[in-house]
Amino acid sequence: MNRRLASAIIHGLLAGGTLVAVFPLLWMVSVSFMRPGEAGSLPSPLLPAHPTWHNYEALFLRAGMGRYLLNSLLVSGAITVLSLACNLMAGYAFAKLRFHGRERLFQALLGMLVIPAQVAMLPLFLMLKYLGLVDSYAAVIVPAMASAFGIFLVRQYARGIPDELMEAARIDGAGELRIFVQIVLPLLKPVMVTLAIFTFLTAWNDFMWPLIALTGQDHYTLPLGLASLAREHAQDSELMMAGSVVTVVPVLLLFLAMQRYYIEGLLLGSVKG
Amino acid sequence: MSRQRIAWLFLAPALAVLGVFFLLPVIAALALSLTDYDLYALADVRHLRFVALGNYWDLLHQPRFWSALGHTLYFVAVGVPLSIATSLGAALLLDSPLARAKALFRTALFAPVVTTVVAVAVVWRYLFNTKYGLANHVLGLVGIHPVDWLGDPHWAMPAIILFAVWKNFGYNMIILLAGLQAIPRDLYEAARIDGASPLQQFRHITLPMLGPTLLMVGILTVSGYFQLFAEPYVMTEGGPLQSTTSVLYLMYNEGFQWWNFGMASAVAFLLFVVMFAMTALMLRLARRGGAA
Repeated sequence: MNRRLASAIIHGLLAGGTLVAVFPLLWMVSVSFMRPGEAGSLPSPLLPAHPTWHNYEALFLRAGMGRYLLNSLLVSGAITVLSLACNLMAGYAFAKLRFHGRERLFQALLGMLVIPAQVAMLPLFLMLKYLGLVDSYAAVIVPAMASAFGIFLVRQYARGIPDELMEAARIDGAGELRIFVQIVLPLLKPVMVTLAIFTFLTAWNDFMWPLIALTGQDHYTLPLGLASLAREHAQDSELMMAGSVVTVVPVLLLFLAMQRYYIEGLLLGSVKG
Repeated sequence: MSRQRIAWLFLAPALAVLGVFFLLPVIAALALSLTDYDLYALADVRHLRFVALGNYWDLLHQPRFWSALGHTLYFVAVGVPLSIATSLGAALLLDSPLARAKALFRTALFAPVVTTVVAVAVVWRYLFNTKYGLANHVLGLVGIHPVDWLGDPHWAMPAIILFAVWKNFGYNMIILLAGLQAIPRDLYEAARIDGASPLQQFRHITLPMLGPTLLMVGILTVSGYFQLFAEPYVMTEGGPLQSTTSVLYLMYNEGFQWWNFGMASAVAFLLFVVMFAMTALMLRLARRGGAA
């Protein structure tokens, strides 16, 4: 086939696909700057005639979006920090420390990945209810403080650390905690960054468990706030688009800034078969 | 301190969290599914009764369970192949030696994956609007009458499938692209010298070499798609006429709208069994296909 034609077809398809992938996001941003009712006029405009911050003001001043934003940052941030600590320690232990039943325990951990998280949700809710934790930040943060996937990811990476490094430190009389903090953690930095981004994005985007565990608006994260707003203000498309922008843009920016680590983690995590 | 004990200290926090907040609830869910735990039991646990497999028996005799399972299977059976085909198509384009600006295209195609389901579902609800939505506007350009995407029981699920493909295809695209890049280029070279057309090369080199990756992607996507919930929750609230009520939606309603925790746990376990059976079936078929 003619090379030029082939190239034109490939680039045409790629450009078309990119347009489909990105258009809804661009449209969302554009409509969020329109005046109320503008998006609903025919023919539907693509760009705002008179760009305005009106919808964002309405969101933050009247719809409590600022609170949801802070809740989301708090919950996702806490989950990221705490689960990073737990997963790093456990993943390192599975990769580099010797103990009885290590392989069998690790197999059991991988087996847990098969069970859909939703199976645990009903009893978890009851448990938190008896503990008086329903509708608190802890209800969302605590169950997410460790993950089988995170431990797996760290273990895969930590296996590449040469044993001699730790042995040498042990001979020099360093304690295990010191070895972990001063020798192992610096070497685990790339997987730490990857796992941190993954965890933060997952926590930020999570919907079903927060919907169950957070029953009052005070603790709502952005997806919950947006979903409840969508049920009340279904007709107000400009306001809803502004809400979507506030929810999506932070994670989109995080991804764009840290793309390399994210993609690496995605590939590292997908070789679990 | 002994090496053993140190290892267990490193494991303790993660294992405690997973044990108490995941494993224990999973076992409790199995127990709960054998009881009639409901609003009365929630108020006073003495109302709790053991019903053995009663919940499962009831569910299997109720049309609402079968219809929820049917909708979920519809979503999986159409959505997964469509998703993977789109991912593979995009990956092949990005893998082509002729393609330029690959990093840019890759980032743009991947962007929907990192977005929040709820937020982009809200966006797509407007794109699917019968009167003002872009979907119908585009169809109108080629002379097709407007479709009531989210209001017509026949079209609501296809609309959700289109949305899910848009949202998710980038993920598998990245994995398949890595799989494509791992295929040795001299295989294609040799095939070309033997006069194989691009289509033949795809069929006899690309697909077999990509087999294990496709299987893994298939299994992960199937189990992901079985967990359909947020999309119908935001876009259709399970309607119209229950046409987008998935198994998880049923579990959510049963458990957190009507507080029938026993019944809801049975729904969750049935979903787990179906997902497990599906995965086992796919592995088995792949093994047989690989042996042939």
